[in-house]
Amino acid sequence: MWRRCLLSGMAVWLAATTPALAFIAYVSNEKSNTVSVIDTDKWTVIATIKVGQRPRGIEFTRNGKFVLVAVGDDDKIEVIDTATRQVVDSLPSGPDPELFTQDAAGKTLYVANENDNTVTIIDLENRVRLGDIQVGVEPEGMAISPDGKILINTSETTNMAHFIDTATRQIVANVLVDARPRFAEFKRDNSELWVSSEIGGTVSIIDPVKRTITGKIEFNIPGLRREAIQPVGIAITRDGKTGFIALGPANRVAVVDATTHAVTKYLLVGQRVWHMAFTPDEKYLLVTNGVSNDVSVIDVSAQKVIKTIQVGELPWGITFAQP
Amino acid sequence: MIRWLVGVVGLGVVASHAFAADPIDIRVGYLGQVGIKSKLSLVEQPSENDGIAGARLAIEDNNTTGKFLNQRFFLEELRLKDGEDVAKAARALADRNGFIITDLPADTLLKVADALRDRKTVLLNAGVIDDRLREQDCRANVIHVAPTRSMLADALAQYLVWKQWKRWLLVVGSHDADKLYAEALRRAATRFGAKIVGERIFEDTGGARRTDSGVTLIQRQMPVFTQAAPAYDVLVAADESEVFASYLPYRTWDPRPIAGSAGLVPTSWDAAQDQWGAIQIQNRFIKSNSRRMTARDMQAWTAARMIGEAISRTNSGDPKAVFDFLKGPDFSVAAFKGQRLTLRDWNLQLRQPILLVDGRMVVSVSPQDGFLHQTSELDTLGVDRPETKCKLN
Repeated sequence: MWRRCLLSGMAVWLAATTPALAFIAYVSNEKSNTVSVIDTDKWTVIATIKVGQRPRGIEFTRNGKFVLVAVGDDDKIEVIDTATRQVVDSLPSGPDPELFTQDAAGKTLYVANENDNTVTIIDLENRVRLGDIQVGVEPEGMAISPDGKILINTSETTNMAHFIDTATRQIVANVLVDARPRFAEFKRDNSELWVSSEIGGTVSIIDPVKRTITGKIEFNIPGLRREAIQPVGIAITRDGKTGFIALGPANRVAVVDATTHAVTKYLLVGQRVWHMAFTPDEKYLLVTNGVSNDVSVIDVSAQKVIKTIQVGELPWGITFAQP
Repeated sequence: MIRWLVGVVGLGVVASHAFAADPIDIRVGYLGQVGIKSKLSLVEQPSENDGIAGARLAIEDNNTTGKFLNQRFFLEELRLKDGEDVAKAARALADRNGFIITDLPADTLLKVADALRDRKTVLLNAGVIDDRLREQDCRANVIHVAPTRSMLADALAQYLVWKQWKRWLLVVGSHDADKLYAEALRRAATRFGAKIVGERIFEDTGGARRTDSGVTLIQRQMPVFTQAAPAYDVLVAADESEVFASYLPYRTWDPRPIAGSAGLVPTSWDAAQDQWGAIQIQNRFIKSNSRRMTARDMQAWTAARMIGEAISRTNSGDPKAVFDFLKGPDFSVAAFKGQRLTLRDWNLQLRQPILLVDGRMVVSVSPQDGFLHQTSELDTLGVDRPETKCKLN
């Protein structure tokens, strides 16, 4: 099935693509302690970078010069220079950093530290720690509102999305969601906040102004038991019309009409799909498949998986440089 | 009468600065016994706070969440002494606590459940694995967080059958609990297609577990005891009483793996479990207790978290409202087992994956792939709805 998808996808891809802009993706490999660099022109890994232990959360800095990767078992965030593709520095996070987000200016980094119920604030320019915010048990998902005023942190055992005022660094609201919230994503116009609950098996749609849940996306895949559907990574197109949700061990990405919140399609990808990132032109969506050690490439407008790229062991996070 | 039972019903969405009402105080009792069972292996010797340490950590976790919901959790520990009036002690504890986590033998738990039958108190069994408490002796006021013997036996059998180790030599201890475990293993063999090719009983003749020259003697006894067995793939030992099973690995007459009470052991939790975010709770537990987390700790943690989870959803401290939610279709709890855990509505047993561990690593997690079920694959473990003898109420 998978192979067939891939082959027919390849044909579409070969026919449809003309030499386009090449983009560079960085993928963290949780088990092999490496970062794979993917060139989207060739759709292959062009470099592999050795990093610290258990790399997971990964993001480009706003200026595109560095890639930050949380190496949880080393209790820090490493800084990769994209020119030399080498680790050149590290940032002082708290213990076991996993996911993080930065403000629009790229000056402040907010890190979820799973081990001590805190979010750490780091000054990116001076690379120093500015302080901590106490949140719920096992902080994980991080997102910043489009206007930069609100930071969202999700806590996995407390089962909440915490709304943090970035000016005062105080929690201003808490929204209870389903079990084990792992990821948070805003629509660009700040009209909705989506939070995935891995064990609860749902994605909560939250009104960022009223700070209440206005709806829930549920998943129903024939032949698959409910426990296997575990939503994690989320990506929403810039126009706010289409959402993609990684469903973990269900080995599928759900395509969601982001206006009606109805699931329109399930795309079969690799095993235990974690996180995802669009190419900057939004033509493709790349998703990491934790257990099958590869990255699936989804053609966004065709809503088809067109290719798979072998990376390191247990790929987890993925990020693109913004042009 | 019980002031703290008066809850504030809300919407599950709370702005942290907007508390007008008094906090909801939730009081949880922990009822155990004085004294610890001795283990053959010094490494496995349980600590004084085995079990309750897990409950304490969950109460701490609940309070971290409670900060945002204006809920406060308290834990009161009570240990029954030999010969103490169980019913009286249970009623006194229930006067102060709406929820009681128990770590008691089957008969004592039944006495407690019956003494509190007319109250709203919710009991959560985090210790005893006897199937009869979920079957003919089930009680409507007891939730079972600990797995059953049959769930453990089925989890092991599924793996052994998957491994194609289908010919079992069953060695059973001479105590009642050992015989019950053997019964569960025989049932599991029949269910999943293994064959018990021989059975032996290891008589407990008494004696000390710690001696200065023990190894020499054991090394002579165990090969002889397992001599002249019919051809078998794996030796399965039923020794809950900790008399002989841990002496078997590397000492059998034929070179065979050991499973059951030693070797490959089915359990609800292990200090080696690190998948599905488990490393976070392991680290949290070690930090606060300076020791590793056991199955009993995890069962008590899960029990206290179930209370916290239900209260965060209902925003009520009323045991009846919380119990109704726990029994309802919307309840599930996350406990680092890779999937949601829910209650079997016919006997209030918590569905859960079972780990198979060798003392250093998690070897596998059951249910195994391919063992299918129309409702939940977790129901391939233990006594299923059509077979149950339980009638709640």
